[in-house]
This record gives sequence, structure tokens and C-alpha cells, in this order.
Amino acid sequence: MANSTTSGVAVGHDAGHGEHHPRLQHHFFDMDQQLEASTLGMWVFLVTEIMFFGGLFMAYILYRYWYPDAWASASNHLNVQMGAINTVVLICSSLTMVMAVRSAQIGSIRGQVGYLIATIGFGATFLVVKYFEYAEKFEHHLVPGLGMTFAPPADHIHAAHPVVGSSEQLFFSLYFIMTGIHALHMVVGIALMLIMLVWAWRGRFTPEYYGPIEVSGLYWHFVDIVWIFLFPLLYLLGAHLGAGH
Amino acid sequence: MATETAPARQSYLDAPYGLAAWLLTKDHKRIAMLYLISITVFFAIGGLFALGIRIELLTPKGDFVAADTYNKLFTMHGVVMIFFFLIPSIPATLGNFLIPIMCGTKDLAFPRINLLSWYLYVIGGTLAIAAVATGGLDTGWTFYTPYSTQASQTSVTMAAMAAFIAGFSSILTGFNFIVTIHRMRAPGLTWFRLPLFVWAQYATSLVMILGTPVIAITLLLVMAERTLHFPIFDPKIGGDPVLFQHLFWFYSHPAVYIMILPGMGVVSELVAAVSRKQIFGYAFVAFSSLAIAILGFLVWGHHLFVSSQSIYAGLVFSIITMLVAVPSAVKTFNWAATMYKGSVTWESPTYWVIGFMGLFLIGGLTGLFLATLGLDIHLTDTYFVVAHFHYIMVGGAIMAFLGGIHFWWPKMTGRMYPESLAKASAILVFSGFNMTFFPQFLLGYMGMPRRYHSYPDEFQVLNIASTFGATILGLGYGLCLVYLLWSLKRGAIAPANPWGAKGLEWEKTQSPPTTFNFEEDVIVTEPAYNYAGSGKVHHG
Repeated sequence: MANSTTSGVAVGHDAGHGEHHPRLQHHFFDMDQQLEASTLGMWVFLVTEIMFFGGLFMAYILYRYWYPDAWASASNHLNVQMGAINTVVLICSSLTMVMAVRSAQIGSIRGQVGYLIATIGFGATFLVVKYFEYAEKFEHHLVPGLGMTFAPPADHIHAAHPVVGSSEQLFFSLYFIMTGIHALHMVVGIALMLIMLVWAWRGRFTPEYYGPIEVSGLYWHFVDIVWIFLFPLLYLLGAHLGAGH
Repeated sequence: MATETAPARQSYLDAPYGLAAWLLTKDHKRIAMLYLISITVFFAIGGLFALGIRIELLTPKGDFVAADTYNKLFTMHGVVMIFFFLIPSIPATLGNFLIPIMCGTKDLAFPRINLLSWYLYVIGGTLAIAAVATGGLDTGWTFYTPYSTQASQTSVTMAAMAAFIAGFSSILTGFNFIVTIHRMRAPGLTWFRLPLFVWAQYATSLVMILGTPVIAITLLLVMAERTLHFPIFDPKIGGDPVLFQHLFWFYSHPAVYIMILPGMGVVSELVAAVSRKQIFGYAFVAFSSLAIAILGFLVWGHHLFVSSQSIYAGLVFSIITMLVAVPSAVKTFNWAATMYKGSVTWESPTYWVIGFMGLFLIGGLTGLFLATLGLDIHLTDTYFVVAHFHYIMVGGAIMAFLGGIHFWWPKMTGRMYPESLAKASAILVFSGFNMTFFPQFLLGYMGMPRRYHSYPDEFQVLNIASTFGATILGLGYGLCLVYLLWSLKRGAIAPANPWGAKGLEWEKTQSPPTTFNFEEDVIVTEPAYNYAGSGKVHHG
């Protein structure tokens, strides 16, 4: 794999010095500069994303430190199975994403299309699972804005929980905002992949020109990594600490 | 028309002309002009709010507007001036126009994203105006919780959304500059041959991309708490309003450097040009921009000295705040050293730049008063604070902005403005500014709190002086606007290098430049500001 990637880059380098590649934008010297600019651009954008999520993680850390009990009891209401399934789904999607980029670098249209469809499929699966999770929270009255009654309905197992006005609401506010913004990023990612799919289908990407699919892949991996942090912080830590309650 | 004086090649202003060609342009220079027009509109709107404030404060009694209206006036003045004028001012106009040219390239790395940033700015601005039209906002520009999330009956959500969207416009500008400066420099243009304006914009862009996302998420949380009732900062259930203040100032203090750093970059260019001399201590000035950007992220806590922050945290924030004075002083001393024994000519940019240095000096030094813990307890939330940050943001940033506009106006528009009026305008603005804000230092020191529409009788004389000064200040800005607009049609045709300055924009492009800036690919072989370089400086 390393070999084919290197040769792909080398071809791109050569192409820059001959007549202009049709995908070379007028303000770049050559294809290398164009690829470097778009890759750096995506990295800089991801830095802004880290800072964006960073504010939420700050709030999470502070409140978790202040209200460990509330955090433990509230996180026990999350569905660890569904969270775990989604974690696996996203890790698989990252693999297919990498394979799609590699297919572009070695010039396989069939590979790009197949792997992009798989990536989109995994992304959609994630959202469907997330939908069922959210629905469960609505049914159990765990949505802060809609009159969250931490006093559960009579048939609810966790009858010993604190009532309205408790710090558990902070947990669920953060849960919905963090996972909600993450899900929104997934939606954007799927839209991006659909565009890549159309372009790949039309044979736009070649070993000389694969910048868009590569930087979209960077974005996709970033969104996966955010989930890799969210899953243990929201689902697992509390379940572990709250085992005794 | 006027073919006998037209430049040899069609300029970027004339190339495909028409509304659609301008609104869909990907040319960084046209986008800079779009920004220049829009921020001027917002500056005027923000100025009108200031006018309302100054009229109300003529008399001790609250008689011109009701207290509620006054709250909205100072809030909207702050929101409009900060998010829609000061933050985009220099980066989005002069930065957009000059960075690709100074880097010797045809455009920014992502021209379409550059255009997108202007549209986001316009959408945000439209929302801000809609928030005014639907009753305004009364939280102060700081959106402090729990007032903003629970009590205020005004258009908080819409105003927060406006600032949120404008923030993305700012992020995209910074992002574009960083990639351009890293990847698009012409052959031979090493980092240490870059003009200091580019260094300053680079430092600013770092603050933009690292800070702005934090205010974005913070405003999003305020909106979520207000509309969806997701409690985040609600003290009733253990949420922490001080957390909001930390998150807010983590961006909003560095935002001060988004406003002033580009101004410092402009001043570095102007000082070298009007002194006809290489800048003194190039590397120190370059790195002091980065130092300010980095230190700027470590001082937000000085806005929380009286917000129940730990005293030890306060001590640390106080010390780091004072450290910011070091790189700022490095710049100021280097500018002075550059002018010393330089061949300073008294052209209009010289007036603006010297005005900047005077006002920035006072603004910077009074910042040290406020950084001192004990003194801040006395001065916090008084007019002393108001005067201090106006000296930095209006005295510093706007003087630098106007200085830069005057310096590069011939390049941007191809026209000269009347020198004598430009000098008169600089003097009016400088003296009007001092008359407006110096009395406020005294008022604040005597204990007049900010954000009230009435005050005890003994403060009236100084308030009248302040309003009188504001009138002169307004006249100065108005005069400036009039002759600059006049020059667009009637001004003399500008040569390629009217100031005899060094730099790619003066030496390698015509006035105004062609769409792709340069006739041929640029290769750089000398350091910036090579005024003492081999042979004569070639004019035009």
C-alpha cells in the first residue's frame, strides 16, 4: 500500500510540470501546491473543530468534577449496547473511508464507488441507531427542555432517582448537545460523501488528482474520533463509577 | 472613458463589470471592496447608537431615552462595532486585498471560501439588523448569563445567532490567510522576507481560528438554553454562570488582539514607508506579533477579577496580563527607532500613524492599571474601563485602519484623495477622540459606573466635554468619508507607487492591479523594506 501511494504522489508531481492538468486551479503553480494547500486547509479547519468541541468538553469536565454522583446516576440511563454498536460502526466506516481514498490514489473507480457506498451506509446506520436512542430518551422523559421529570414513570426500573431541579439535567443537556452536534457533523459528512460518490462515479479522481476525496476523508476520521471520545465519557465512565448506586 | 490616462492593462475594477460579476466574484480584491462597503455601513449604524448614548449622557437625568432603551443602545453599539466592524475591519479589507499581493500570488488559497465568508458576514449582519428591528438587545454585548438565558425579554437568540454566523465568516478569513501564507508564497519569498503586515495577519489568523470556535459553541449553548430550555449555565440546578464568563472571555479577550494586531501590522508598513527606512528590529517586530497572539490566550481571567474567581488565579492572570505589555512595547519602541533618523515625510498616512502611536500608548499603559488586581477593584465597571478599551480599539485599531486605507487607497482605487483634507481629517479624529475619551478616564477614576443612563450632577461637565469631543470625532470620520468617495470620481489618477514605497504591491503591480495581480510570475530576491538596498528606489 505504501508503494502505490508513493507512486501516486510521484505521478502527480510530474504532471504539474508538463501542460496544465485540467483540475489545476489558475492560482496554483502546480498540482502539488494545490494538494498541499487543500490538505493544510482541512487540518486548519479541523483545529477549529477541536476548539469548537473543546468548549463542550470544558463544560463536561467542570460539571463532572462538581457533580460526580449526578453524573454517575444520569449516565446509567444511557444505552451502552447501542453506544457500543455505533462505536464499531464508525470504526468500520473509517476503514472503508481509507480504502476509498486509496482506491482513488491507485485509480480504481470501482473501488472508490464501492467503499464510498459502504462508508455512507455505515454513517447512515449510525444515525438510525442514534435515532432509536434519542426516541428512548424521549419516552423515558429524559429530555431537559420537555419537562424532564427525573422522577420516572411508575413502571420505570430506576425509581430511586432524584427529581426535577437536579444536576442530572446538566448531564442530559450536555449529552444531547454533544451527541446532537456530533450527529449533525455526521449528516454533513454523509452529504460530503454523496458528492464524492458522484464525482468518483464520473471518474473525476485520478492518481494525479484526488485532493477532495482525501480531505473529505480527513473530515470523516475527525468526526469518528470525536465519537471515540464521547462514547467512554458519556456512556462508560458513569456506568463504571455508578455501579454501586 | 478617460482612455488617455487608463493603465495599460485592464484593472480588477473594470474587468467584467456589473452587479452579478461583483457579487459572484472570486477575486480577493473585489471581495475586499465588498467588505469595505459593508463594514462602512455597519460602522455608521454603530456610530448612530453611540450618538444616542452621548446625547443621553449630556444631562445627569435620564431624559432623552428610557433606561431600557439606553441598555439597548449601548448593547447594540457594542455588538455592531465589535462583531460587524472591528473584527472584520482590517483583515477582511486590507488583509484580503494585500495578502495575496504581498505573498506574490494571484489569489488567496481558497477564493470561493473567501466569497462565502463575505456572504456569511452579510447574513450575520442582516440578522443583527433584524434583531434591532425586532426590539433590540439589552444584555450588553457580553451576553452574560443567567440574564441572557432566562430574564431578558429582547431578541437575544437572534443577536446571538448573528454573532455566531459572523464568527464563521471570521474563521474562514483566518483559515484562508493561514493556508495562503504557508503554501502560496512566491519563489524566494522566505518567511523573513515577508512584510510585517503579513506576520501580523498570520498571528491574527491564529487567534481567529483558535478563539472564534469557542465563542461559537458558547453562543450556541446560550441559544440552546434560551430556546430549547437545555440548562447549561442555570444556577438553579447547579449550572455555573461563571463558566459562561470563562468560555466567553476565552474568545473575547483574544478578540481584542484580532482587532489590534492587524492595526500593528499596518503601522509597521506605514512607519517604514514614511521613514524610507528598513524597519528597526524586523525579527523582534515579527515575533512580537506571535507573542501577543499566544499571551492573548492566557489572560482572559482578568475580566473575572470580581467574578468570584480564585484569588490565586487572579494573581496569575494579572501577571500574564502585564507580560502582554512587553511585546507591545517592543513594537512601539521599534517603530520609534525606525522613525529616528529616518527621512520622515509629512504625508497624510504619517499623520494617522503618529496618531495611532500616541493613542495606543495611552490605551496600552492604562491597560496596566486595570491589570493590577487592587486597582481593578476600584476601576472595574467604571468609565475608566470604557475609556481604556476605546483607546485601544478606536484610538488604536481605527486610526490604523484609516491610516492603512489612506496609504493603500491609491492602489485599491487608482485615485488620489486631497492631501490637505486627509491631514485635516486625521487631526480632527485625533483631537476629537482625545476629547471624547480622556474625560472618561477621569470620570471612571472618580467612580462613574458604566452602563447607566443617569448619573450624579458632579459628573456633568466632563460628560459634556465627552459629547463635544464625540461630535468632533464624528465630523472627522464624516469628512474622511466625503473626500474618499469624492476621490473615486474626481481624484487624480494614482501612479503605481505614489509614496515611493518598497513592497510587491507598489513595485510589481499597477494601480489598481489587474485581476491576477502581476503581469509575470514574481520572484523575490531581497528582504522587505530594502530602502537602503543597491541603487535608487525606482518609482512606478
